[in-house]
Amino acid sequence: MSDMDMEDDGSGVVKKFMFLNRKAPHGTVYALEGLEVVLITAAFDQDVSLVFTDDGVYQLMKGIDTKGIEVKDFSKTYRALDGYDIEKLYVDQASLDARGLTEDDLIVDVTVLSNDEMAKLMDEQDVVISF
Amino acid sequence: MQFGILINEGPYNHQASDSAYLFARNAIEKGHTVPRVFFYHDGVNNSTRMGEPPQDDRNVTTRWSKLAEEHGIDLVVCVAAALRRGIKDELLAPGFRISGLGQLVEMGIQYDRLVTFGD
Repeated sequence: MSDMDMEDDGSGVVKKFMFLNRKAPHGTVYALEGLEVVLITAAFDQDVSLVFTDDGVYQLMKGIDTKGIEVKDFSKTYRALDGYDIEKLYVDQASLDARGLTEDDLIVDVTVLSNDEMAKLMDEQDVVISF
Repeated sequence: MQFGILINEGPYNHQASDSAYLFARNAIEKGHTVPRVFFYHDGVNNSTRMGEPPQDDRNVTTRWSKLAEEHGIDLVVCVAAALRRGIKDELLAPGFRISGLGQLVEMGIQYDRLVTFGD
């Protein structure tokens, strides 16, 4: 626990929440429902970071078209995140590399991190929720 | 220490709810508290009292109800995830209640640890 938590118990506490998005946007519901938790956490005025790793990097890929699989396309929500004051978006370099993707393939501005940088960022968090 | 628990998978198909139950029971036995368990994604399916597993198997839902009654655990089912899957108030087993995602965020803010069980 950080010093701030010791001093301020109850409302007004701001914790560092990291959401780890590890799964492809479609095929399972984790990405869609996970995004709901991200928005609510921001509404609670918490310090929110989003990480995209493993197949989670596909959530940010340009050119997603869900017509053929007849499910909702929620990729626009990622572009609206700054409207919720969610501006810390991180992507795992190795996950991009493994899938032949670069930053240019993504629909939003992100910070690309190495494994070591990601580990350090994770270590700084109070709460890590993985979807 | 206060533990919040998040369960993201349904019963029987996945071990998440079983593991979470064993974690909660053992944490309480060791003197920790588990004030709330939050059910999300298919985890909301843990809350229905309509399930009837075979006699020689554990009943995941009634186990949670019993633990909640004994130790005052708040079993919260996400309303949006529940409605999507046909889980309604009238189907809930004892000890479960339907509420919003804010209850999950609150666990992260207020408790010492938030532990996720799922894939």
